[in-house]
Amino acid sequence: MSGFVTIDGIKVPIEGEPNLLALCRKANIDIPTFCYHSELSTYGACRLCLVEINGKDIDASCVVPPKDGMSIRTSTARIRSIRRMNLELLLANHKQDCPTCERSASCKLRDLSAKMGIRDVRFKRLRDERPKDEGSVALVRDPNKCILCGDCVRYCSEIQGVGAIDFAFRGSDVVVSPAFGKSLGSVDCVNCGQCAAVCPTGAIVPRSPAEAVWQALDDPDAVVVAQVAPAVRVAIGERFGLAAGADATGKLVTALRMLGFGRVYDTAFGADLTVAEEAGELFGRLERGEKLPLFTSCCPAWVKYAEQFFPELLPSLSSCMSPQSMMGSIIRDDEARRASSSAALPSSAAAGALGAGTEAERVKGGVAKRIVVVSIMPCVAKKYEVSRPELARDGSPLVDHALTTEELASMVEEAGIRFADLRPGAMDLPFGFATGAGVAFGNAGGVAEAVARYVGSPVSPLTGAALEFKDEAPGGGIRAATIIAGGRELTIVSVQGLANAKTVARGVLDGTRKADIIEVMACPGGCVGGAGQPIGFKLGAVAERRLGLADADGGRELRASGSNPFLSRFYADVIGGAPGSQRSHELLHTRYSSKKRIQDTSIPLIRGGGAEKVTVKVCVGTSCFLRGSQAVLRDVLAEVERTGLQDFVDVSATFCSERCDKGPTVHVGGKTIHKADAEAVMAAIRPLLAHPAVAAEAAAVSSR
Amino acid sequence: MTLNAFAEARRFEAVVAVLDRHGRDPSKLIPILQAVQDEYRYLPEEIMTYVATALDVSPAKVYGVATFYGHFSLEPKGKHVLKICDGTACHVKGSGALVDALRSELRLEGKAKTTPDLLFTLETVSCLGACGLAPVLVVGDDVHGLVTKDEALRIVRDIKRAEASDGGN
Repeated sequence: MSGFVTIDGIKVPIEGEPNLLALCRKANIDIPTFCYHSELSTYGACRLCLVEINGKDIDASCVVPPKDGMSIRTSTARIRSIRRMNLELLLANHKQDCPTCERSASCKLRDLSAKMGIRDVRFKRLRDERPKDEGSVALVRDPNKCILCGDCVRYCSEIQGVGAIDFAFRGSDVVVSPAFGKSLGSVDCVNCGQCAAVCPTGAIVPRSPAEAVWQALDDPDAVVVAQVAPAVRVAIGERFGLAAGADATGKLVTALRMLGFGRVYDTAFGADLTVAEEAGELFGRLERGEKLPLFTSCCPAWVKYAEQFFPELLPSLSSCMSPQSMMGSIIRDDEARRASSSAALPSSAAAGALGAGTEAERVKGGVAKRIVVVSIMPCVAKKYEVSRPELARDGSPLVDHALTTEELASMVEEAGIRFADLRPGAMDLPFGFATGAGVAFGNAGGVAEAVARYVGSPVSPLTGAALEFKDEAPGGGIRAATIIAGGRELTIVSVQGLANAKTVARGVLDGTRKADIIEVMACPGGCVGGAGQPIGFKLGAVAERRLGLADADGGRELRASGSNPFLSRFYADVIGGAPGSQRSHELLHTRYSSKKRIQDTSIPLIRGGGAEKVTVKVCVGTSCFLRGSQAVLRDVLAEVERTGLQDFVDVSATFCSERCDKGPTVHVGGKTIHKADAEAVMAAIRPLLAHPAVAAEAAAVSSR
Repeated sequence: MTLNAFAEARRFEAVVAVLDRHGRDPSKLIPILQAVQDEYRYLPEEIMTYVATALDVSPAKVYGVATFYGHFSLEPKGKHVLKICDGTACHVKGSGALVDALRSELRLEGKAKTTPDLLFTLETVSCLGACGLAPVLVVGDDVHGLVTKDEALRIVRDIKRAEASDGGN
């Protein structure tokens, strides 16, 4: 469509805008809206973006495509009155605890109420108070603040392909809820937190560990060590009046020291370390002729997603810990060695004493201080990552607390620190030094780029990058590039958003997607677009941060992880070998296991009446289901009936026995049968039956 | 026991048959849930999770659809379902008092609709289209018109008595 629309008397050209709202924005008019996000489907629910079309109709501008010759007004008396009424109605059922709400400063409902001049709410609240959902380690839901705009619902299903939350019930009872009214912590939520980032109010917020961090900072017996993720430095300034994308690393370090952090390290060093380990893993796989692609595993939302939806791909996930966890691991190891060796010993001399001074032992000795590792992350899913049992050592987590950029900014504010005016500080060595590649990890494509540089691809002086990506999905959601490394051509794919990851993962499984490395980041734009970043009303902040981080990379003398001198020293002194060696596996690698989508579900099918019963559980979860578990179940039931064993068995259909790569999985008594068929199941049942009559029957059956 | 041993398995097989009949098409979610409810008299959580898995839709979406329609029940319904019409005509003719009397007779407390022994479920429905007979009480498939409080109580007590003597067998 070409032509013009007259908006409030001004002719505005139509240049591919999908709706009038986008056109109004182009004409520098802020149309109020809760439910319109350009990256999501249009919903037209909040009824705030109303405009008057051709002097008569009033319609939601987000759902009307522009047409040549249209004339619209955006702020007539009638429109203002309807908008006010709609806001008043939304406020009536909104829990108005604004002074104590986390989102007070970034609440769109509060902002628009102020802008629209709401001074009084004439309607009384009709909704009953609903309980808060406190069951997730990463997010807290308060349905009493929800205005039902559906932004979270659409984000979760459209961008992330998860659909962990949806509308339930109807009319005045409607509520946004995980399946069966359960907690977000017991369903398939991957903790990306984008629901909280798009929420216009405080109905979903990240769970802040700020109070525990304050306590650690106040504890004279604790050394609190900070590690700062790459994407944080180009975003935190937004909370203090600096431009989005401005590199505030120096101010951030000073602020952390003023807050009382004993040491400040760069998670980008952990990124350099991840690159070395991951490239080692890639070449190891190539040499051994193992299956590729190798999927990155830095993004904890992607990891949980893969565990739930693509368990058969778990062997293809890099076993490298994320940079956050690697940092936690090496910080603890380093602090233990610092404490166990006397202060006079140089750190390299203590390298042989690894494992001698676990934290617990030192605390028992009463000499050393408690080490508290706090990560500052652009990410909400990192809160879940730090809680994973796989990422704990000696019973304590590698990282104690994961603060978001937003949460740290609030702590800085609370301490009264004037961030924007701070003089820059420098991070501590050795883990505070990172290359450009480590810093670029925070951008989508950054991990792939870092690996390319590590394996020796030259950086183009023009673009500052080694990879030239080609878009394969709109908006760069799926991009691919090729490099030559070790005499081979490697295809590298970068994926943003888990719905795109689903497309790529399915392609890998059905053989249509050929790739050697696949980088997945759940959040569009990469970590710079993480849900832990400052929430503002400004559009386009993520793009600014991307540029800022690219600049932070481009401005460094050392651009490839392999050139980091502290990394080489780390491998020489601490690992005592190359990437992928035994010590690096102990310190820097982890494992994954398939996970149920919904916890605590099974379908009882036969409940035997006998005293002695054999328990039979047939998995009908997604993966086993696709491998034919339904037929196995049908055959087992038929066989039980044919042989008259129904009193002596308890048969149930379960979801995910968590060994999905070997499905269909059936448990008989304490035994697990992989790739099961009915015959194998029955063969396992019969010896377990103690009842003589059954034993005789079973013998008769087996003799046939 | 042996007679009913396969009841659960049969129902589950029926669910599988329903899914097959609809070609595991996510757009057939509603007829599938209706058929599942015919089997179970309600929609058990684990069966909804199974349906979600089979149709490749999220369990939250299935839950959303199941809670949207009044026809679907997420709790087991009683053996005898009592429906009191609370449409305009019946309401004016005193259906509220009928509800109160039956709730107290069945000892239903709070928002409960079904008795703990799963014998009775009491529901109110909007207009049944039999306004001339207001107030209307439907028990199973039997329609009772111009129902008085005493008559409603007698119907329920008769069922209770019949169930008690059945249970003795």
